[in-house]
Amino acid sequence: MVPPVRPRKLAKVPFVELADGRLQGVVSSGSDIGRVYVSSIAAGTHAYNCSTNNNRPCGGLYGAPCKHLQALAAEAVLQYGLDRVARYLRVEVPEGADLIGCLDGSHEPAPAAMVFSRFLRHLAYLEVPDTTMPIPELHWFPAPGTVG
Amino acid sequence: MLAVQLTALLGGDPQGAPEALALVHGFDEALVHGLGRLAEERAEALDALAGAFAATPIGERLAEAAAKVASGSIAEEHLTALAGGRAALLGAVHDALLAGLDAALERERAPWQAAPAPEADGAGNLTAGARSWLRELAIAGWRGVDHDLVSAADQTIEGLLAVPEQRRLAVLLDGLAAELRACCPVGTMDRLPVRRWADLWTRALLLAQGGAAGAPQSAGTVSGRLLILGVDVHEHGTAAQFQVHGVLEPADGGRARLVRTAVTVAKVDTITGPATWKLPSRHRMLLAALADRRSLDLTDMPLLDSGDLVWHDDRAVVGGPADPFTAARLTLTGALAPATPPLDRHPVGIAEPVLVEGYRVTGEGSFDLGGAVLAVDTGRLPACGPLTPKLVAASAACVGLVRWDGGRWLLQPLAVQATVKKETVEAGTGDWALGPTDPKAVKAEARAGDAVAVLRERAGRLLRR
Ligand SMILES: [Zn+2]
Repeated sequence: MVPPVRPRKLAKVPFVELADGRLQGVVSSGSDIGRVYVSSIAAGTHAYNCSTNNNRPCGGLYGAPCKHLQALAAEAVLQYGLDRVARYLRVEVPEGADLIGCLDGSHEPAPAAMVFSRFLRHLAYLEVPDTTMPIPELHWFPAPGTVG
Repeated sequence: MLAVQLTALLGGDPQGAPEALALVHGFDEALVHGLGRLAEERAEALDALAGAFAATPIGERLAEAAAKVASGSIAEEHLTALAGGRAALLGAVHDALLAGLDAALERERAPWQAAPAPEADGAGNLTAGARSWLRELAIAGWRGVDHDLVSAADQTIEGLLAVPEQRRLAVLLDGLAAELRACCPVGTMDRLPVRRWADLWTRALLLAQGGAAGAPQSAGTVSGRLLILGVDVHEHGTAAQFQVHGVLEPADGGRARLVRTAVTVAKVDTITGPATWKLPSRHRMLLAALADRRSLDLTDMPLLDSGDLVWHDDRAVVGGPADPFTAARLTLTGALAPATPPLDRHPVGIAEPVLVEGYRVTGEGSFDLGGAVLAVDTGRLPACGPLTPKLVAASAACVGLVRWDGGRWLLQPLAVQATVKKETVEAGTGDWALGPTDPKAVKAEARAGDAVAVLRERAGRLLRR
């Protein structure tokens, strides 16, 4: 029921989602391993934002999407496929064109804290211990086959 | 599985099943539009469901529940009664199907022995939260589900995940919520998975009753040799279950029995395919036996009355080579099959290991056994293993699970012997338990990097600040 995602390298952009009317995610800083950027692009308006998880604006936003937003868009395309991302953002991407180049929004502040806390909740799954008690309910969820 | 067995299986549609499923369908349609505004015909469907139980001890409760819900007073107890009725109907279908399968395979099954239900486990607030969310869903109907209604379950699910005894409910609700979220707003969808969502809703409501009535109970410990037949992999965005099917030969020389053992890991959606095998890595004996096709010697391994071994890796040692085809040939006939606990009786849970050989693969990829044709479920070949539809189509022998889905019997392959470029190859779903062995898959994995390691590093750095 949920289309499976494609495996991709997570080092640069560990978290991407299509949620709350935005393509949003978390981009690891290239220089400081303790710092992350929260980047988002709104569906429809394509308004974009990038800031640190403490809401400090990203220094790379000079009237155009910064490298974090570019990485976010590129990784989203790897994860979900171009069609799904373009459909969600409501943008026409001509064949061979770059998703980010087809967006015509401007910079508008957006809340970073909520995206960051969703990322932490996402990470928290890795800390849930495994169990060896049977879970018969998972028979309703066969593992997906290889995604093309 | 012989041609004559398959013929017997395909020839015997269980009596009464279409009528039972029609009653279930009536209830499921009511859930589509919501119990909050029941049209007359849907109220009649609830009545019909209740009516099927008129002569039983729960008949009165169900009749009352149907009447109350139709009048717009929708209390949890009424929903629970209706969910119980729906589950009982599907339980009866399950029992009839499994009896037919057992008869065709000449498989003997242990009888179910009711054990006293254990005490409630003190997650009362959380299960109450789950019941209340499921009630909201039922009132709104699938068509009325929006982001806010889905997100209302977040805290409950997070809480349930932290309680080991509530893992079944947590994993189920998490899977259901993710599906609903991906489909939001559901009102604009063309077609809904009506039966599926009603199945998930029903099971969740029953699991959320607190206590664990009808759930598997301890059946002591066992020692002996475990011969692996294959592994069935289940997965949604935040969970994966590796369920191993095998035959246990007890050390005391007792009768061999069909058993399962499973490891379920929590994960995120970006960990998928071969990378999921990294998550159960602490169960090294089990993974090594899967990857190297070896048996396992068990000492005092806990067993549940559902036929599930509760895996303790320190109570197992990897034994000698044991391929699933030899194991199936030598031990499947005569092994005692386990009973199904009452709560688990649903056609979706039917997954009986069989060996099929001597077939011709048809144009549709089905197996033709001398005129009797068994459809192959190639939708259940997990990306974390080497089995592909192409390999299955080139196969001459197959160890798999017989399932019942969409009103027909299907075979889910777990391992095949096939001829590829004039050479005989064997492949099974557990072959990559210690990492991919196929050069193409190794390359793909290297390209994707180590998702598990990256996210664990991020979790270690960011979660406890
Ligand atoms: Zn930035």
